[in-house]
Amino acid sequence: MDDLKAKYLGQIADAADESALETIRVAAVGKKGEVALKMRELGKMTPEERQVAGPALNALKDEINSALAAKKAALADAALDARLRTEWLDVTLPSRPTRTGTLHPISQASEELTAIFAEMGFSVAEGPRIDTDWYNFDALNIPGHHPARAEMDTFYMHRAEGDNRPPHVLRTHTSPVQIRSMEKMGAPLRIICPGGVYRADYDQTHTPMFHQVEGLALDKNISMANLKWVLEEFVKSFFEVDEVELRFRASHFPFTEPSAEVDIRCSWKDGTLKIGEGDDWLEILGSGMVHPKVIAAGGIDPEVYQGFAFGIGIDRLAMLKYGIPDLRAFFDSDLRWLRHYGFQCLDVPTLHGGLSR
Amino acid sequence: MKFTLSWLKDHLETDASVEEITETLTDLGLEVEGVSNPADRLKEFTLGYVKHAEKHPDADKLRVCKVDTDEGEMQIICGAPNAREGITVVVCKPGMYVPGLDITIGVGKIRGVESFGMMASERELELSDEHDGIIELPSGEVGDRFVDWLAANDPSKVDPMIEIAITPNRPDALGVRGIARDLAARGLGTLKPLTVDPVEGGYESPIKVEIAEDTLDGCPLFTGRLIRGVKNGQSPKWLQDRLTAIGLRPISALVDITNYFTFDLNRPLHVFDAAKVAGNLRVHRAAGGETLVALDEKEYTLSAGQMVISDDNGAESIAGIMGGAETGCTDETVDVFLESAFWDHVQIATTGRALKINSDARYRFERGVDPEFTRDGLDLATRMILDLCGGEPSNVVVAGAVPDHSRAYKLNPERVQSLVGMEIPEAEQRQTLTRLGFRLEGNMAHVPSWRPDVLGEADLVEEVARIASLTKLQGKPLPRLTDGIPAPVMTPQQRRQQIARRTCASLGYNEIVSYTFIDQASAALFGGGDDATMLANPISSEMSHMRPALLPGLLQAAARNQARGFADMALFEVGPAFHGGEPGEQHNLISGLLVGRTGPKDVHGASRAVDTFDAKADIEAVLAAIGAPAKVQILRGAEPWWHPGRHGKICLGPKKVLGVFGELHPKVLSEMGIKGAAVAFTIWPDEVPMPRKSGASRGALVQSDLQAVERDFAFVVDDTVEALTLVNAAAGADKALIEDVRVFDEFIGGSLGEGKKSLAITARLQPTDKTLTEKDIEAVSDKIVAKVTKATGGTLRG
Repeated sequence: MDDLKAKYLGQIADAADESALETIRVAAVGKKGEVALKMRELGKMTPEERQVAGPALNALKDEINSALAAKKAALADAALDARLRTEWLDVTLPSRPTRTGTLHPISQASEELTAIFAEMGFSVAEGPRIDTDWYNFDALNIPGHHPARAEMDTFYMHRAEGDNRPPHVLRTHTSPVQIRSMEKMGAPLRIICPGGVYRADYDQTHTPMFHQVEGLALDKNISMANLKWVLEEFVKSFFEVDEVELRFRASHFPFTEPSAEVDIRCSWKDGTLKIGEGDDWLEILGSGMVHPKVIAAGGIDPEVYQGFAFGIGIDRLAMLKYGIPDLRAFFDSDLRWLRHYGFQCLDVPTLHGGLSR
Repeated sequence: MKFTLSWLKDHLETDASVEEITETLTDLGLEVEGVSNPADRLKEFTLGYVKHAEKHPDADKLRVCKVDTDEGEMQIICGAPNAREGITVVVCKPGMYVPGLDITIGVGKIRGVESFGMMASERELELSDEHDGIIELPSGEVGDRFVDWLAANDPSKVDPMIEIAITPNRPDALGVRGIARDLAARGLGTLKPLTVDPVEGGYESPIKVEIAEDTLDGCPLFTGRLIRGVKNGQSPKWLQDRLTAIGLRPISALVDITNYFTFDLNRPLHVFDAAKVAGNLRVHRAAGGETLVALDEKEYTLSAGQMVISDDNGAESIAGIMGGAETGCTDETVDVFLESAFWDHVQIATTGRALKINSDARYRFERGVDPEFTRDGLDLATRMILDLCGGEPSNVVVAGAVPDHSRAYKLNPERVQSLVGMEIPEAEQRQTLTRLGFRLEGNMAHVPSWRPDVLGEADLVEEVARIASLTKLQGKPLPRLTDGIPAPVMTPQQRRQQIARRTCASLGYNEIVSYTFIDQASAALFGGGDDATMLANPISSEMSHMRPALLPGLLQAAARNQARGFADMALFEVGPAFHGGEPGEQHNLISGLLVGRTGPKDVHGASRAVDTFDAKADIEAVLAAIGAPAKVQILRGAEPWWHPGRHGKICLGPKKVLGVFGELHPKVLSEMGIKGAAVAFTIWPDEVPMPRKSGASRGALVQSDLQAVERDFAFVVDDTVEALTLVNAAAGADKALIEDVRVFDEFIGGSLGEGKKSLAITARLQPTDKTLTEKDIEAVSDKIVAKVTKATGGTLRG
């Protein structure tokens, strides 16, 4: 039996390929193989002989089978190795092209400021871009003869012959949404309204359409000090700095009283703006306490409710934060600009994850 | 509004520096837009004394001077004819910058003799064009600063000019005195008293004035007088200096005086050459059609109702806006009629805007001048005319009366605290208002006649806070509306727009924001461009109509980019389009545009022209992202800017269109200047139904452990049969068992013959109660074949 074992294990080890291995298997442990023939001889043995020979034969059969399996696996591995040695790619070739989309900075900045003001309880209100002159002017304490009307470079809509209503306007600011929101929601009220606005002005720093966010908070005890805090918090959060200094300067808007222009402390160095440090002041927004006439125009009792309003240029905020030099390029849709200043689809600004990467 | 420091000091007693004054003005709401201070460029120069001067050994015209300076005796070579012993001069020492020469002086050798600096002429210091010799001062000590000497002896030369922006509510600050009053209220000095001594007339004015009854609301008060025997001519230097400093051109004494009072006291005046006035003056409303050449030498035609001043010859002055050339004063004027009137601000604004005249008078009257000061202004101007031009004044002619402007509001000291959030003691509040000219009677603050903007209690608060300085305001937290975590604030529509944007970006589109107005031709291509959506005053014909859709703007953007050398792109926009000109006649759209190829040519051969199914994949992805139902109809017959055979409307029923995708019409593309293939999609996000369910639960997941079976079928149908019809028919064969039906092959023509095609589908069968037997599968297959055959007229492909 030892001879058998030595013979077949030797043959298995020497087998060159799978078919040689199969021949060996048939000869050794096949139905008519040498081991099977030996098994048949067991019947002729005495019980004592059988007790020794039986297990020995079974062990031999197992041993040959495992040797066959091991050799088979080894041959397969060798064959695979040989194949893989022939398989080679130039992995420095470029991948299949994919397009990368972007969001416009105005969309991104709008989402950023929405996230911040939502934290402070402001909801997002909307209004029409074409509005009546009542909502855009009169309700905001800008009567027909007011010089502010002439100064606003208003776009007017065409009026058909025989239609004697005052022409509608392209809203010159987002402030009409204040009135519409007051009418719809009453007080107390906290809203922001981001959106496009229009002025008939086109030069280096002005485009006939731009974007503003209006803020309005009405309650029984809101003061200008609250306004300052809200703006400080907003600016800190938006520009992602620890400290800011805002300067309130008396000014005039027909729809607020008192009114203030707000400057932010900053530095300009080598064309780069830094918020929160330096000796320069940059005007960023107009604000004030809502004029009693405006509150009344919104259908709310100004004897009971008071509050603040502000208006900030969204495009301007984006320019300052992201270092975008030219406002006109915002609306030019140049692919190079869109790709350079645009944002990735997963750059979703959140307060917990951070506004910008 | 421009003024100089010395002009301000006519009205304000103050030691404050220019810096303090400008900072304070800005803080008070009189925003400083610019300061030009000549002293800044002269501050280094000091006085010297020429102790000794002798001829240069090698040059006839040069002198070697020994000059005493604050740094001791210096040798300076000078070529000026007046350089001589014993004069006081202005010294420029080595290292100093000389503005008029634009050089920095150094130590030099002139013809072999060393020279340390120079002695300056007026031109070299940019004081005048004088360059005949060096400056020779009649006084001054060695080492004195030249600017100090100028300030003491020729102040207009170093008078800083300040320019401020005036908000429409502050007409009073359109006069230097009003600015001084604000500064005094802040405590930056004391307002000097203004005394007005009425000038007695010696005779009755031969020119009388009448205000028509229907014009009294526009001209409540007109005062005037004749001054005869004046000598017009150049005004004195101080007056010319003032006007020149603020950018006005001196004209003649009479005109300069009216300009002076316009800026000094916000009191516009007018002077008529009395010799050219025929008869009396009448203030009345134009009948319409009157023409008049104004002082700007332009002819204006008046409309009915506009206010005008006429004499017997007709219209002579556009009331309160601009006088007429016919009766204007010249150097030859001998008798002058001086006008000081009060005009209603609304009527001046309306007429000024209609006639498009921007004059200093209109600017002031439409904001509001002080009605009480009408007569005082006349007297002050009379006095100055008499002083500068001589003459004899007549008695004053008065028509109308000072209109009633009196009003008072309650000063509630706590209101400042509650509205502004600043604590200002009551006494300080009262003092502020008093300094601004309010008269306090108990709690009632009577508004001064020069403050037409103060119209309520909130205005008093504003004045108090403004003068106290809003810079001092300390921020105070705004309490939350509710305790705890804030609720979401965006509406479902707002969320949808945000999700749509980010989905489009994830699909490789670049977002654009384009102007919402476009040219008429482009608007018309997309169903717009009618008069309802037209602007009355567009800034260009490229921006004349509100856009009816986003696609024209996207196509224009694509054409611009193609012109820059980018052939392939994916652009999208989310925003409003306009179907009318009334508020609310706008709707939100999401549009995407694919132009050219899917990408640059590449080694894998993946690049191909964009096609309808790219647009379809993207619109489906965006619709799915914003929560549109998966089961939709795809219909045809969208607007004519789509390719008639290669677009689809994604609908829930024939009238509920969620979106359109497909190729754009080739004619539209060529008119918009697009090269190559272009496909697009548009979604009406507000048409997508809101999900009915409330809450975030997804419902239980139903999963079967039984094995699903897939069976393939191929049908031969007419080539006009739509795949979706076939799929729906197959899916309807056994709704319980058939989980999904997919088209996996389309084959047109060939052995099938003309007008036929083969569509191959896979049906996935998902049993729920027992494993399917061959018999079960056969039964369902038969049903599918029967249904499809019935619905499409096709046959199972053998």
